[in-house]
Amino acid sequence: MSDAAPTASTNVSARDGNVGAAVRKVIFYLTIAFMCLMLVLPVIAFFFNAFAFRWFYPQFIPKEWSLQAWERLDLIPPEGERTLANFIALWLEVPDAVSALWLSLSIGAVVTGISILIGLPAARALGLYRFRGKRIVEFMIITPTIVPPIAFSLGLNINFIRWDLALADAGIPLDLAGSVVGVAIVHLVPVMPYVVLTLSGVFANYNADFEAQARSLGAGPIRIFFDVTFPAILPGLFVAGLFAFLVSWSQYLLTFLIGQGRVITLPMLLFSAAGSGNNAVIAVLSLIFIAPAVLILLVASRYLSGDSSAVGGFGRV
Amino acid sequence: MDWERLRIPLMLGPTLLVITVLFFGSLAFGLVQSLGFQPQIGNTTLTLDAYISVMFTGREAGQFWSGLLLTLWVAGASTFLSAALAVGLALLLRRTFFGKKLSVFLFQLNLPIPHLVIAIGMLLLFSQSGLLARFAGELGLISGPRDFPILTRDRYGIGIILAYVWKETAFFGIIVMAILQSLGDDYEAVAQSLGANRWQRFRTVTLPLIMPGLMSASIIVFAFTFGSFEVPRILGVQHPQMLPVLTLDFFLNPDLNARAEGMASSIIIALIVLALVFLYMYVSARTIRRD
Repeated sequence: MSDAAPTASTNVSARDGNVGAAVRKVIFYLTIAFMCLMLVLPVIAFFFNAFAFRWFYPQFIPKEWSLQAWERLDLIPPEGERTLANFIALWLEVPDAVSALWLSLSIGAVVTGISILIGLPAARALGLYRFRGKRIVEFMIITPTIVPPIAFSLGLNINFIRWDLALADAGIPLDLAGSVVGVAIVHLVPVMPYVVLTLSGVFANYNADFEAQARSLGAGPIRIFFDVTFPAILPGLFVAGLFAFLVSWSQYLLTFLIGQGRVITLPMLLFSAAGSGNNAVIAVLSLIFIAPAVLILLVASRYLSGDSSAVGGFGRV
Repeated sequence: MDWERLRIPLMLGPTLLVITVLFFGSLAFGLVQSLGFQPQIGNTTLTLDAYISVMFTGREAGQFWSGLLLTLWVAGASTFLSAALAVGLALLLRRTFFGKKLSVFLFQLNLPIPHLVIAIGMLLLFSQSGLLARFAGELGLISGPRDFPILTRDRYGIGIILAYVWKETAFFGIIVMAILQSLGDDYEAVAQSLGANRWQRFRTVTLPLIMPGLMSASIIVFAFTFGSFEVPRILGVQHPQMLPVLTLDFFLNPDLNARAEGMASSIIIALIVLALVFLYMYVSARTIRRD
């Protein structure tokens, strides 16, 4: 569709050509504008629903605005009392939405940290070395990205309950089923593959000779890691971390099954709100839920290219 | 002891341990449970009872087949529509024009938004009191919310397909845009100089070049939409239900037979998805060899 450039300069019957080109240009811009509008329409719907006041059918754009739904979720003090002290007091009471937000953030952060800690050596092995059985290892790591959670979470659910019984028999009072710890552990399954695949791509372009030079100059392994390896892989580590967080952040089914309804993260709250029919509350929760995702897109968009496995991470969110 | 030989296994060990225990272990455990292996209650023989029951003899056998049909329809339609839309949009966005950066950003906007939120967005947009019904009402196209067609929580999965199209178009889009960028437009310029018109250039040059990438993305999207739970749970109806939703319903049923059926049905989903992946790997290996 790049024929405009060479033909425009030939200048045969310039006026007709210009009219045709102008019409085509208008159609092109209209198509682009329409598609862009369609793509952002869900986000617009969230904003309308979250801030509208007395928004009756068939009004399309709300004429009155309010923060009613935000007050209703105890996220904002009522009108006239919006002082900093009141905000702090309200949030210190930890309303449901705040506690869900906090839980989602902390599970996401812990899962990100652990997955990088566990995945970094594996990524290095896959990115830097050839060894027997490498294809099998790669296959094992990729499979969880393709097999849907519904297929393995049922068995996992029963396994966790069995392990809890075994732990209790051994005198260890640790519950995996229905606990935050258990939920964080199972989030590793969808998160690990993306961390390992993203980082192994980083290591594939990494030159390990610098480490040998540092070693010959007398640096120890810890010094080598922090002064040589770490700075070289930092951008990749950053991207892997963002995706790990996002994948954990958006988990619903695993949290629901393993948390047994007792671990109320943001998606859990959103899901139960979706059944309530209160569109304003649903929209407020949705906006909170997509905020970090959009932030991450803004930060990471320059790293997005179709061949990077990070995109796969986005696809599963 | 030769530590050097142990280095790679030690580096891979923790990751493989997590994936093996939590993922493959659960899959295997689900498989033996679905085959009726329960040593605690003295069942050590393997049977296909749960599979036969869920597919043929059980009370809900009809639900299973209508669910499978709906799942295939939704996954197929969503994959095809979003792939086609993404190719069209990527070709448009390849030109240079005013506002290109913003358009590309908006194109990617739905990429990081979780499926759950997109599904809820579809409710707010397409339900009978949603944004589009209001728009139609304000224009006077319909006289009341009831005149607006039922597009969410409908029997044919239209709302579910809409949600997937919104989400996966962005996913396909970024892949197609990257392929187009790496190809450049030299091939099309050659075709143009040989007299090919716009459609011929697309049909014989551009499409074959982006096809391999498009196919692999399609397999990923099809497998995902086949097994995803959140979107059909929010936008689906009681009957017919997509397989993942049906599976969880069986599993959470207090009746223990239903639970075995849920296990069987989850293994069927896993097998279908894995079969697709192997088919794809086989097909793509053959095409690569032919080239």
